[in-house]
Amino acid sequence: MLEIFMEYYPLFLSGLGVTVFVTLISCSLGTVLGTFLALGKIYGNKLVSAVVRTIISIIRGTPLLVQLFIIYYGLPSWGINMDPITAAIISFIINSGVYQAEYLRGSIQSISGSQLKAAQSIGMTKWQGIRHIVLPQAFRRVIPSWTNEFIYMIKYSSLAYVIGARELMTEGKLIASRNYQFFDVYLVVALIYLIVIIFFVAIFNRIEKKVTIP
Amino acid sequence: MPTKHLLKIEDLHHSFGEEEVLKGISFSLDKGETKVIVGPSGTGKSTILNNIIRLVPPKKGKIYLEDTEITSAKKINEIRQQIGFVFQDFGLFNHLTAKGNIMIGLTKVKKMNKKEAEDLALLELDRVGLKEYADSYPSQLSGGQKQRVGIARALAMQPKLILFDEPTSSLDPELTGEVLKVMRNLAEEGMTMLVVTHEMGFARSVADELIFMEAGKIVEQGNPEKLFTDPDHQRTREFLFQLTDLYGEGEN
Ligand SMILES: Nc1ncnc2c1ncn2[C@@H]1O[C@H](COP(=O)(O)OP(=O)(O)OP(=O)(O)O)[C@@H](O)[C@H]1O
Ligand SMILES: [Mg+2]
Repeated sequence: MLEIFMEYYPLFLSGLGVTVFVTLISCSLGTVLGTFLALGKIYGNKLVSAVVRTIISIIRGTPLLVQLFIIYYGLPSWGINMDPITAAIISFIINSGVYQAEYLRGSIQSISGSQLKAAQSIGMTKWQGIRHIVLPQAFRRVIPSWTNEFIYMIKYSSLAYVIGARELMTEGKLIASRNYQFFDVYLVVALIYLIVIIFFVAIFNRIEKKVTIP
Repeated sequence: MPTKHLLKIEDLHHSFGEEEVLKGISFSLDKGETKVIVGPSGTGKSTILNNIIRLVPPKKGKIYLEDTEITSAKKINEIRQQIGFVFQDFGLFNHLTAKGNIMIGLTKVKKMNKKEAEDLALLELDRVGLKEYADSYPSQLSGGQKQRVGIARALAMQPKLILFDEPTSSLDPELTGEVLKVMRNLAEEGMTMLVVTHEMGFARSVADELIFMEAGKIVEQGNPEKLFTDPDHQRTREFLFQLTDLYGEGEN
């Protein structure tokens, strides 16, 4: 096993790089998207919140793989072409954003009422209150769910192999198809995922501790 | 023209759904005055205060802050800056320190720079006796301390008047005194205050006028001493007697 890693480590590591890159970008931009969706659902007018609810139910109600295929294989027929990594990132941002919107919504609603009232009482506009008072608390509260989301995303990102994005799983498959040592190669891939996830969870736990309000 | 009132409420009505909660409230407040509103639970006292700064927009009636009609003002947030509000449950921002709670309005609303805001925050904390707690978070403060930060936060915005909604009702009895003392000092310094409270000792010794309301209407308003000793309405006597019995004479 170790020999396999030593022999092919440049490939494993480049795959890992892509996996981590895709996951980090998708989760972070997913947070941005999720924030807007959650705010739209809670504070938006009827139309906005209906649109948001529809988006959320469509994305949650269809498989990630199908969404990925629509973006990568479907959009070109409308003249929109992109490379596999871009397609993967876009579909992951949308998917993650929708799930994060739901986590954030719960967290925002648990804070919003009296805190927003207090913010408005000192002359903040609603938007200032959301930005300076509600969101900073909501984001702190959502870190544990965010960590979970990140773990899912790093694993789900392996789905990108089906459209040929050269992330960790794809590299594993290429290596295995060359040397036929399927068991060992995939074991290495699994171990790399495990180690990376443990590493990131440790980092997020640290961040969570650091920003926790006494 | 009659003399300008600082706050004037004219025929205020409010309802939640079918339930009419305020049925025509009128009174006014002059600069430097302290008025206390008392009345049974569910009578609409909080609704009046919330109507004034339009946290709950009133259904009917007019409210003026000096020359400005609050009820029709376009930029309500600019009016809210001029009216402090002290909440029963403190309403402190939980993610900010005592100092941060005061600074955020100064920096984000009044666009003061950080240094100025910090200096003013410390000054206001000192005024309520909490300078050494500047860096404490709300969860690290007692109820009485939280409420004093709440008052300092309102004061720092240099409001024209402050509304208090039962500022001591969620405090342990032994902590009400420190808050009432701060309020008493404010009244003596000439701050204009409208206070909903059950603290009869405070009402009797600090208020320029006592407003007794019930079921969405003002039953009687006037000099507190008169309402306590020689009210026009039997109902006023009963209620005040009962309150004094329940809550005692308050802090003295
Ligand atoms: N947001 C709301 N929606 C529906 N009804 C409400 C709402 N807020 C208050 N009410 C009702 O309006 C009435 C007056 O409420 P309000 O809070 O003004 O009374 P209050 O005099 O402050 O009472 P308390 O002494 O208990 O604080 C009550 O019957 C209450 O149930
Ligand atoms: Mg009330």
